[in-house]
Amino acid sequence: MPQFDWSIVGRYGASFLQGAATTLAVSLVSTLIGLALGMLAALARLSPWRLLRGAARVYVEVWRGTPLLVQLFFIYAALPFYGIRLSALTAGIVALSLYTGAFAAEIFRAGITAVHRGQVEAARSLGLSYGQTLRRIVAPIMATLVLPPLTNEFTGVIKWSSLLSVVTVPELTYAAYRAIGETYSAVEPLLISGLLYWLLNDLVVLAGRRIESRLTRHLA
Amino acid sequence: MSAPEPVIRIEHLHKSFGSTAVLRGIDLAVGRGEVLCLIGPSGSGKSTLLRCINFLEEPTSGLVYVDGEPIGYRLDAAGRRVRESARHINRLRERIGIVFQAYNLWPHRTALGNVIEALLVVRRLSRAEAEAAGLAVLERVGLGDKAHVYPSRLSGGQQQRVAIARALAMKPEIMLLDEVTSALDPELVGEVLKVMRKLAADGMTMIVVTHEMGFAREVADRVVFMDGGVVVEEGPPSELLARPRNERTQRFLARLLAPRRE
Repeated sequence: MPQFDWSIVGRYGASFLQGAATTLAVSLVSTLIGLALGMLAALARLSPWRLLRGAARVYVEVWRGTPLLVQLFFIYAALPFYGIRLSALTAGIVALSLYTGAFAAEIFRAGITAVHRGQVEAARSLGLSYGQTLRRIVAPIMATLVLPPLTNEFTGVIKWSSLLSVVTVPELTYAAYRAIGETYSAVEPLLISGLLYWLLNDLVVLAGRRIESRLTRHLA
Repeated sequence: MSAPEPVIRIEHLHKSFGSTAVLRGIDLAVGRGEVLCLIGPSGSGKSTLLRCINFLEEPTSGLVYVDGEPIGYRLDAAGRRVRESARHINRLRERIGIVFQAYNLWPHRTALGNVIEALLVVRRLSRAEAEAAGLAVLERVGLGDKAHVYPSRLSGGQQQRVAIARALAMKPEIMLLDEVTSALDPELVGEVLKVMRKLAADGMTMIVVTHEMGFAREVADRVVFMDGGVVVEEGPPSELLARPRNERTQRFLARLLAPRRE
């Protein structure tokens, strides 16, 4: 039965915290880009133009249907053969954003479809444009519907971002690998990183809950 | 007729959904200040007709004119329909208020918020101006005291009156009312009809799709009976409702009034 070596916490604490900060930053940026991509893809899937619908559908199905690890390797290691050379960090963010976007697209599509058609028609009949209706009517009504699944999605992004360690992005899992390699001890680094992931996600869930209660004031 | 240009003129309007023809050649004109009640069995195309008037549905063929201006299209030199810009359609829609059977209020806005939304976004009034105007309209439908209440806390009748206020706030030239009392509990129908009566008395031009024959008899200037996507018969309520000439009208009215005739 191995002992928990507290000295590892002291020696690698800073590197773990730095890794956690990178994980949070990468996840945040990827989620924001992913949300924007997802919204665009959802609108494209609901658009009257067939070509746009088809393109969005292919995007969602390909990115949702293949492993993130494969996509990440492709972007980092295969794209250079086509002359596109990205740093590990950029490749990681691009891969995570595209992956998140594919899932967010389906969440948004469900949300938009769930907003009652009549509420949209009421807006259009008063002279609001498509964009105004989307921004002022559909988005806020939809937000209350999609926030729980999106929070879920964001906790997923934080966990998926651990894959970025394989292309040497210095995030939390990478910090753990390094500590394992240098100390030959797996228990402490894995427990510490696991705990930090859990804390990060708790933070996200908490934030999500606060936003949700603000958005649903009218239902009280 | 040398009458002034009607507010709404409908010419040879056809609408099909796929292979189902819902409107099969409607010609109708509504004069300023006129209250027209559209009656007919469900599926006769009444609601679709209303929705074509403000272009929520795109007619398959034919045209709707608002103040002499075709909605959704302009006519080219050869007289063919050419699709208008979305912008143009939005501007025309401002002049046509529509109220739906299901109220369709926005749940994230208070009663006042619902009423002033288009004033803020479409008319670009300042918040103070919009709220003053919005409150005045809510007063008009008897809901001044509910301005800051969310729809989820309002009764069906109150929600429908907010929906009417929301349409009125844009000062439309014509109001389209699509079975606005059909979703209400019987005891709430009266308050909505009262608002509609007041509107009519104030000279609002209205097209009212309704099953409330009492309202039609009392308030309508003209009643139009539709069946199978065409206008079967029209006339003043005193004639059409009391002595319908067409056999389909007679049957419809007999069925509708039978249970109440003891």
